[in-house]
Amino acid sequence: MIARFTRLMSASVVKKQIMGLTGLLLCGFLVGHLAGNLLIFVGAEYFNAYGHALITNPLIYVAEAGLGVLFIAHLGMAVRLIMENHKARPVKYYLKQPTGRGSTFASSTMPYTGTLTLIFLVLHILQFKFGPVYTIVHGGVEMRDLYKLVVEFYQSEVAVLWYVVCMISIGVHLTHGFWSAFQSLGFHHPSYTPLLRKISVGFAVVIAGGFASLPIYCYFQGGM
Amino acid sequence: MSDGNMNLKLKVWRQKNTKDAGQMVDYSLEGVSPDMSFLEMMDMLNEKLVNEGQDSIAFDHDCREGICGMCSMMINGQAHGPKDLTTTCQLHMRSFKDGDTVVVEPWRARAFPVMKDLMVDRSAFDQIIAAGGFVNVNTGNAPDGNAIPISKENADLAMDAAACIGCAACVASCKNASAMLFVSAKISQLALLPQGEVEGEERVRSMVSKMDELGFGNCTNEAECEASCPKGISISNIARMNRQYFTSAIKAK
Ligand code: FES
Repeated sequence: MIARFTRLMSASVVKKQIMGLTGLLLCGFLVGHLAGNLLIFVGAEYFNAYGHALITNPLIYVAEAGLGVLFIAHLGMAVRLIMENHKARPVKYYLKQPTGRGSTFASSTMPYTGTLTLIFLVLHILQFKFGPVYTIVHGGVEMRDLYKLVVEFYQSEVAVLWYVVCMISIGVHLTHGFWSAFQSLGFHHPSYTPLLRKISVGFAVVIAGGFASLPIYCYFQGGM
Repeated sequence: MSDGNMNLKLKVWRQKNTKDAGQMVDYSLEGVSPDMSFLEMMDMLNEKLVNEGQDSIAFDHDCREGICGMCSMMINGQAHGPKDLTTTCQLHMRSFKDGDTVVVEPWRARAFPVMKDLMVDRSAFDQIIAAGGFVNVNTGNAPDGNAIPISKENADLAMDAAACIGCAACVASCKNASAMLFVSAKISQLALLPQGEVEGEERVRSMVSKMDELGFGNCTNEAECEASCPKGISISNIARMNRQYFTSAIKAK
């Protein structure tokens, strides 16, 4: 019974669905993360207080573990699918050309934009979560001065450029990934699929543009 | 060269048998009429090869009118050549220019071993059909025509899916060599009709697991299959298969 169920659930179709579902949940994280970080525009106090509230909430460990699982599942499944797909065509074509009516730049570069995101993520966590600890007192409470940390970090043009490039890459990843997740999960209809593809692009622009605006703002904040 | 006839350079995959490593071989062909079909051009090349005492190029073909799905061939890196909604036998040489180099290769997929030159063994598709791509009909009196009402919309969708000729251009053009467009079309054409719906859950499970077992790749939703399908089968069939598989898998006893 269990064996049969796991066999059924390890089918190609389900693997795609796991990819899609974890991807969509990670999109949810991006939205939350961006919303929180936009507090940088409101002011150092608000941003630091938000960071403090997150770090001191015991549920943060649960959330971090959940995110970790999602990310590893998404990544692990991607590696597995890429390997299987590679094996499915042992002899490559001498000449292979896209029809121009199907695949897009985004769809054909998913493994590359995904890998770049992974590298970005590791560096990002090291730079901020495990970066230098500055403290500040807001309203009588001592907390990490994350605002100072980010502003200081993004005084370097290289750091800003790297961040922006990585956000463009995530944006490209999302333009295919977002609608593709729905397709894998079985949502396809002449009435909403074209809209979904447009929303996919819109979502990618909002996420990539929203995040990319942060280090640029920080860069100009430092001079003051 | 007279009245618009063309001279072409061809690069064709030659492979003696399944074991042979195979290689691309250069040929040149003069006086190709733009009104010829691609297969007629291949016939012309073969005649030339036979006259020169060489082994002719093996390729699959049958109806030569776009309905059997036998003609395969990757032409200049595209399944069935550059035109959409076209099989190789329906492709005219007027799609090419005098002096063009045309690259011709067999379908490439682990599940489709090359038998000779451009011929591949597509019996993997037959195995998928045998796994469940049919409707069991019990004997008895013939039922009344139109006794089972079928909505116009579903009849149309089933008909669209049934247009699949099993040529495997979807597998050939997919960068992952996935057979999901074919399998989903075969699943949909039956699942959309009341007669096929009865066995729908069992069918989607057995056909998908056969497809996986045969070593086809996994779809990454790039829609190159839809774009190169000579019958314009939509990837909405793949989405239907995805959702049917999932509900079927969680309900499976
Ligand atoms: S030979 Fe029958 S479809 Fe081309």
